[in-house]
Amino acid sequence: MTAERPQGIAGWPPPALDPAGPFAGPLNVLAWVLFAMAAVVLLVVLVALGLALFGPRRWRSRLGGERLVWIGGLAFPVVVLSALLVYGLGLTSHLTQEPAPDEMRVRVTGEMWWWRVAYLDGLGRELMQDANEVHIPVGRPVVLELDSADVIHSLWIPRLSGKVDMIPGRRNLMRVQADAPGVFGGQCAEYCGGPHALMGLVVIAHEPAEFAAWRARQAVPATTASLPGPGAEVFGRAGCGACHTVAGTTFNGLAGPDLSHVGSRRTLGAGILPNNHGTLAGWISDSQAIKPGNRMPAYPVLTGQELRDVSAWLESLK
Amino acid sequence: MKPWAPLAVAMLTAACGDTAAPPRTIAGADATQGLAVIQRAGCAACHVVPGVDWPRGRAGPSLKGFGASPLIAGRLPNRPDVLTAWLIDPPSLAPGTAMPPSPLTEAEARDVAAFLYTLDDR
Repeated sequence: MTAERPQGIAGWPPPALDPAGPFAGPLNVLAWVLFAMAAVVLLVVLVALGLALFGPRRWRSRLGGERLVWIGGLAFPVVVLSALLVYGLGLTSHLTQEPAPDEMRVRVTGEMWWWRVAYLDGLGRELMQDANEVHIPVGRPVVLELDSADVIHSLWIPRLSGKVDMIPGRRNLMRVQADAPGVFGGQCAEYCGGPHALMGLVVIAHEPAEFAAWRARQAVPATTASLPGPGAEVFGRAGCGACHTVAGTTFNGLAGPDLSHVGSRRTLGAGILPNNHGTLAGWISDSQAIKPGNRMPAYPVLTGQELRDVSAWLESLK
Repeated sequence: MKPWAPLAVAMLTAACGDTAAPPRTIAGADATQGLAVIQRAGCAACHVVPGVDWPRGRAGPSLKGFGASPLIAGRLPNRPDVLTAWLIDPPSLAPGTAMPPSPLTEAEARDVAAFLYTLDDR
């Protein structure tokens, strides 16, 4: 029996040739054009090779001439590759234009081995933080501003756009747009050490009204964040707040993912596990068994009761 | 050898087989569906589950051979009805456990239990 990926990471592995928006569409066409041209060139070369080896004397002498080297070896590649370059640049140039004032902007920062997500206003100021999930409204372009906090990562959401590298100290742009509501898997596409293969994310496209509702919920602290209870107490005592922020509390660590609305996320551990009470407890107890090398230590100091309390509290942060 | 000896041996060993591995079957439950539920719920975040390649969690016990195990969580008899109740709400049966209540329906829990009872490979 081979295991399928849990449903929490819907659309994983992301299908690479199944565009779901106007920015992925042209790239898909470009990929097929390149593939078709390569196939034609391969065919021509193989036919020429066959003729050169086994063909009639007249063909062999023609293929052996200098003229063919100039035409087939120089002129043809220069013309074809230049045309392809112009065609490809034309197809993709608008993907990386500076954001227009009315375009939605989201900054995605690659971290070892997760994604810090910040929603920005028209001037590039941060409105709210999230992690490992990008929510977008359907039918309009969204500019992703890509950066890295440590090494080079690459963001790839195949159904919505191409790959764009995340380079420390540099701001690269990428546009995504989904034509219909859905969940789209993404993956780090540049080896970044350790658990690189387990660095995923999901993009969730909502109908505009649903998106506005999500955004309104996200902008204020979760209702259970500031309620005293055993879960919040364990969270504080175990020192979780040194790395994690929970809006509405005194926990304001910045090293790890923002947990203000962690209970509303689809996945855990950067797009790799379904997110629920049980997987939260397992992750907190021993995330190193799940994602070896990730920066969160195992917590063998918590009792079963404490694990259930803290994971129940986190799950309630919607 | 007496003519009835092979029969007697056969009866004895059959009886042994019965007592060593009491049949644990759950009427109407689907083990294949149970594995799908396990993957959807992410049980492998805490348990090594035969049939799930990744993850291989360590917070809970490995479920390898669980179908032949006499106890659940080292304290409850491993019977279909107990296991089904355990899967839905472990803390009600063992207050100190780290295993949280799950949103599984009764039918889903029965499917999961049916799958777990197929795990008799050692």
